Amino acid sequence: MSYTIWILLTATLVGINCGLVGTFLVLRKMSMLSDAISHSVLLGIVGAYMVSHQLQGVSMLIGALLVGLLTTFLVQLLHQKGVQSDAAIGVVFTCLFAIGVVLISLFADRVHLDVEHALMGEIAFVPWDVLEVGGRSIGPKAVWLLGFVLAINIFVIVFAYKELKISSFDSEMAITLGIPVVLIHYVLMGMLSLTTVASFDSVGAILVVAMLIVPSATAYLWTDRLSTMLICSAFIGVLASVIGYVGATAFNVSISGAISVSTGVIFFVSLWIAPKHGVLRKWMKKSPA
Amino acid sequence: MDVNVQWVFTSMALLGLASGMIGTFALLKKQSLIGDAMAHAALPGICIAFLFYGQKSLLVFLIGAACSGYMATVFIQFIVKHTRIKEDAAIGIVLSVFFGLGIVLLTWINQHEGGNQSGINDFLFGKAASLTGNDVNVLTITAVLMVITILFFFKEFKIITFDRAFAQGVGIPVSLLNGVLMFLIVSVVVIGLQAVGVVLMSALLITPALAARYWTERLGWMTLLAGVFGALSGVAGAYVSLIAYVPTGPLVIIFATALFLFSFLFAPKRGLCSKIIRRHVERKKLRVKQLMYERGEQL
Repeated sequence: MSYTIWILLTATLVGINCGLVGTFLVLRKMSMLSDAISHSVLLGIVGAYMVSHQLQGVSMLIGALLVGLLTTFLVQLLHQKGVQSDAAIGVVFTCLFAIGVVLISLFADRVHLDVEHALMGEIAFVPWDVLEVGGRSIGPKAVWLLGFVLAINIFVIVFAYKELKISSFDSEMAITLGIPVVLIHYVLMGMLSLTTVASFDSVGAILVVAMLIVPSATAYLWTDRLSTMLICSAFIGVLASVIGYVGATAFNVSISGAISVSTGVIFFVSLWIAPKHGVLRKWMKKSPA
Repeated sequence: MDVNVQWVFTSMALLGLASGMIGTFALLKKQSLIGDAMAHAALPGICIAFLFYGQKSLLVFLIGAACSGYMATVFIQFIVKHTRIKEDAAIGIVLSVFFGLGIVLLTWINQHEGGNQSGINDFLFGKAASLTGNDVNVLTITAVLMVITILFFFKEFKIITFDRAFAQGVGIPVSLLNGVLMFLIVSVVVIGLQAVGVVLMSALLITPALAARYWTERLGWMTLLAGVFGALSGVAGAYVSLIAYVPTGPLVIIFATALFLFSFLFAPKRGLCSKIIRRHVERKKLRVKQLMYERGEQL
């Protein structure tokens, strides 16, 4: 029983974290950067392992943060030097990912991390990997890690809400108001990297992308207010996690895969029925009633 | 040389050639990430094809992947056209949800159909060494067919890539040709999946083409160069993979990226170095002119 609760809690935390960060990505039209960072973070994890010889906690977070920012920086550098933005993203992340995979395969006998795990994640093992303080277990490591990142995310969003909002909707106005747009961009990318690496272990690289983009895009169909959108997308993330988990255990398939499919189902339903921006509503408006 | 090794080299070279040439058009149409989406969206199609057919067959997989790839593009276009969600988010949604579905099906197959023996897992990360003679035959035929298709439709592809409106005006069936192009992208992704895997297949489409872009302004040369770059990276990656026991896919991509970086920095006209040098020379010329002008006034 507690096993189920820990998994659901992990999935819920992933849902909330990704929902919050993803909202800004969707609004800033940077969804594909999340795809990029979720892959290149692999290199950060391997790099952190090579430096610190352990696979958990702070070193992994720092490694992922550095590589995440490096990805953003390289993409922007190439873009500035005349490479079109979609190609710049494609070149940078695949290269960093490839280096990560090569390093893993070179150190495969010593690293407890394989590429399959990195891409698909295995949330089912989360409850077994517990954090112990003074000999007593205080819950899975993944939950603590995700909770810690959630605290950071909420802190940044509350603290810089206005700045994030203005720079996401109207970056030119933000510049004239003296808001440090570039700094905010990198802070957001930092949040994205942290969220990605914390979720990585449980849901895997590609499913992080699902959790980041799909609930936020769904929320974008339902509401026009940023605050509502944040809450809404976190809620959809949680809902998808629960539905996905139940479905996965019923059919005995990959939990993370099922979660991303259920985000897709929620999106698909919303696509039609969402009150303001749904397709049905639009068609009803068009047809002369 | 071992026959097996020859197979791997031939197929990697052909794969690189085809994907480089097709990638040229994807790049110029600013659809690089569509290749990424296709590579991920192919997975559920392959799994469903496997469920129906019951065993591994590249041809059946190709059909399955083409169907799900086509569905993915339809979804992306529908979302962009009918909602306020932008293209990048639409690609992300379709890519991740399709891939999630693929993973679900994959775990289902592994549990129910003895999928571990089917080698379907190799599609995720690619294993060029796992290519069998039959695979190589299919791969070779498909790659050759793709190259021929490109050559055959070259002029039409050129026009729809650079000036869609003009193409429509002249009566070229634009949407049909776009479909052909999309089908080529899906097919190259499918035959490449087994060799380099889902994630890196998109790189094989983008990177060689991007590298080729730096050397020429002509589409014909660019297509050819992209093909050569792709083939070179394919062979080099396969070679190092054989001696270093490292997966082929990532090595191919690292070689392709190295080619790109070299082009990005040192290409004669568009490269970074030559740009810097040119700017330097221009500035010097300007200074000389200014100096002469000032002296002229004084005299």
